[in-house]
Amino acid sequence: MPNGLRVLIVPDPATPVVGVAVHVDVGFRSEPEGRTGFAHLFEHLMFQGSESLEKLAHFRHVQGSGGVFNGSTHQDYTDYFQVLPAAALERALFLEADRLRAPKLTEENLRNQVDVVKEEIRLNVLNRPYGGFPWILLPPVLYDTFPNAHNGYGDFTELEQASLDDAAAFFDTYYSPANAQVTVAGFLDVDETLRLVEKHFGDIPARPAPVRPSFGEPLPTGERREAVPDAHAPLPALAVGYRMPDPGADLDGYLGHALLGSVLGDGEAARLQRRLVHTDGLVTDVSASAGLMGPLDARDPDTFTITAVHPAAVDPDRVLAAVDEELDKLAAQRPSEDELARQVARWSAGLHQENDRIMFRMLGLGARELLYGRAEIGVELPDRLAAVTPEHVRAAAAALRSGGRGVLLVEPKEGE
Amino acid sequence: MTTTTHRSAEEIGRTPEGPRTLPPLGPTRAVPLPDVEERTLPNGLRVLAAHRPGVPMVELRLRVPFAGDAPEHPAVTELMSSTLLTGTAERDRVGIDDELAAVGADLFVGVDPQRLLIGGSGLAEGLPDLLAVLADVLTAAAHPDGEVARERERLVERITVARAQPHTIAREALQRKRFGDHPITREMPTGEEVAAVTAEQVRALQATALVPGGSILTLVGDIDPVVAMTQVEKALTGWTAGTPARELTRPPAITPGDLQLVHRAGSVQSQLRLSAPALRRDDPRYAALQLANLVFGGYFSSRWMENVREDKGYTYGAHSGVEFVPGGAVLGVETDVASDVTAAALLETRYELGRLTAVPPTAAEVDAARAYAVGSLLISLDNQGGLASTLSALAADGLGIEWLRGHPARLESVTVEQVAEAALEFFAPTAFTGVVVGDAEVIGARVRALGGITGP
Repeated sequence: MPNGLRVLIVPDPATPVVGVAVHVDVGFRSEPEGRTGFAHLFEHLMFQGSESLEKLAHFRHVQGSGGVFNGSTHQDYTDYFQVLPAAALERALFLEADRLRAPKLTEENLRNQVDVVKEEIRLNVLNRPYGGFPWILLPPVLYDTFPNAHNGYGDFTELEQASLDDAAAFFDTYYSPANAQVTVAGFLDVDETLRLVEKHFGDIPARPAPVRPSFGEPLPTGERREAVPDAHAPLPALAVGYRMPDPGADLDGYLGHALLGSVLGDGEAARLQRRLVHTDGLVTDVSASAGLMGPLDARDPDTFTITAVHPAAVDPDRVLAAVDEELDKLAAQRPSEDELARQVARWSAGLHQENDRIMFRMLGLGARELLYGRAEIGVELPDRLAAVTPEHVRAAAAALRSGGRGVLLVEPKEGE
Repeated sequence: MTTTTHRSAEEIGRTPEGPRTLPPLGPTRAVPLPDVEERTLPNGLRVLAAHRPGVPMVELRLRVPFAGDAPEHPAVTELMSSTLLTGTAERDRVGIDDELAAVGADLFVGVDPQRLLIGGSGLAEGLPDLLAVLADVLTAAAHPDGEVARERERLVERITVARAQPHTIAREALQRKRFGDHPITREMPTGEEVAAVTAEQVRALQATALVPGGSILTLVGDIDPVVAMTQVEKALTGWTAGTPARELTRPPAITPGDLQLVHRAGSVQSQLRLSAPALRRDDPRYAALQLANLVFGGYFSSRWMENVREDKGYTYGAHSGVEFVPGGAVLGVETDVASDVTAAALLETRYELGRLTAVPPTAAEVDAARAYAVGSLLISLDNQGGLASTLSALAADGLGIEWLRGHPARLESVTVEQVAEAALEFFAPTAFTGVVVGDAEVIGARVRALGGITGP
């Protein structure tokens, strides 16, 4: 649109529902030092009212129209979304446009949402075993720079210091229409939807898009290791983090790592399941995956992660040695075509399931469009994965073995 | 904090044009729910199949009633479900997984005091392969000694982890408080109980309890229901047993009373878990109760959530809802709050319960709840997995897709007076019992001062 807002429309004549999502090109990697957790806190503030909508009105209008809503903050983006009966399409566009144009940022709502976010962190991190494992705990081991290493949920004292002026500056800088994208998916008429998007979002004044910095940092060399105590955890756990290819520049290399994760961790036949869980009996559970918050969910740099929970009697170095051996085997000898084909079939089935829900289809397409400028990646993914060769996976395993890594050890605290 | 010049918060919140008017809703679009093909096989298995295209997948749910009185039943059941997919006469653990993966399929096994559920999905064209693996484990799972030994170790470790979760501790305390020692309370065995289970016990349980009579298999997806039915008959004809699956008995009715304070040292949050009797789906007053519950705490725009989260900031989430138990239903009122506001949050919770009865839901509140109930049902059924899970749960209650088809109309016909009656009957503070889990040394004095609390 003339004000810079990007619009993605995904019609589906078979469904009775419609979804509207706004993706904003700012995530917790962009929040400044001294304000950890601010991007997520700001996401909460965006639900607190806008020029035409009193506090609580957004929730009430979405749900009172039969819909559901949510928002989430990732490394590189923040999304806001609703899924409703198709009759509520224009209402949903109105609600999203009103807060992107003129959110009502008040001191009272800021204080209230600082309290709510602290409860969210107590619930998900502080009051449970393995809270923040590994997404909060691993990055500071693997990365050196503040954007990549810091805790995206935020430090309580820094959340408490957040001011209304911080919120105003954050909005004016990052929530420009030129830094945002609207995705509409479901039962809709494309021309009519474009008209409605123009009607509601068109008069948001243009503002410059912020210059997006690179979050790149040199690859780590050697192994970095840190141990953290966990007062609630009954068993030790470990996470190993590796860097992986830039999905924007080397998608096939990235997908080679994604399928390596499956070959290592997905299903009873996966390499690490067989070796660590069953043959050696070293761990209770093990997993391997590409992307700190999921595959194709961030720009470069992103993290390949292996995690395991293991009995206290097992030395973590035995677990790491077994992981290294399995990676060495794959680096020396490619997985078979059959082994890879089975993992690709599972991925394809998973993508079908994602596409079967308007909410997930919309969010997946929207995120890929925002991050990589290509929503089509979501559509092409089954074919792209099928084209990944055993050699790609072998090369990914070799890359993990030759690069540096971060090792996080979660240690049950004595006396608990 | 990022640009040196920016508008103030106040400037950001207003435009020259001023506030705008909310657009009206457009025409409602109805998409009919599919017909469900249903058959009971000679072995007693009920099979439901529905055509829901969209993606080339099929969703599968097999529900087997799985009650048992023996003290070791929960532990043997958990271990049996953990080793169900670890080998048969024809396939080993890896072979089972490879065969499923080849058709993009997955199977998982879950148990609770009422039922064992085998769920899964796969590419629709691979349904015969998925059914072949399912039939093999149902009729010939071997539970090999080595697999039982290894899964027993893992299960003990996993239970250790699960029992460290505050929600597990709170759930167990609540079940005991409201249902005493009825088997419905035995949701998770202890590590010691699991450690004592033998491979022979596991194999014996499969032979006697994992049986087709009274079980329900639901298939939803891009399938021809008639063809799928034939495939099921062919695959599962060899699954037979002399006795039907065992249903859980009805738990005792909830006795209203004091909340039990349960101590968890070092807790930085407390779990409030309140419960009262409710209604089953086939009760004529169920739709009214559903709307009263939404207004109280069943969705974000509820009185309780708006109070304790959006006004007070005591919690990230507060939720109330109906849970179905054999022969009945119970209401659950649940939130997690910081230790220092536990008493304050309990006070507000009791206040909102009382207010729902004394100041019943308004017409506007009822209309909003009604729209949400109808719309969220539509959304939840708009995918294969959601429809399969809902059909499976309804079938276990003796209800079918006609209940789903008729429910929007039932919700539309509920009057404000009927919601007020349901609120008065089911949300009166005197109807509730429950537990408060937290660090008693931090929360105890203030919580006890409110009255209606027993415990340390």
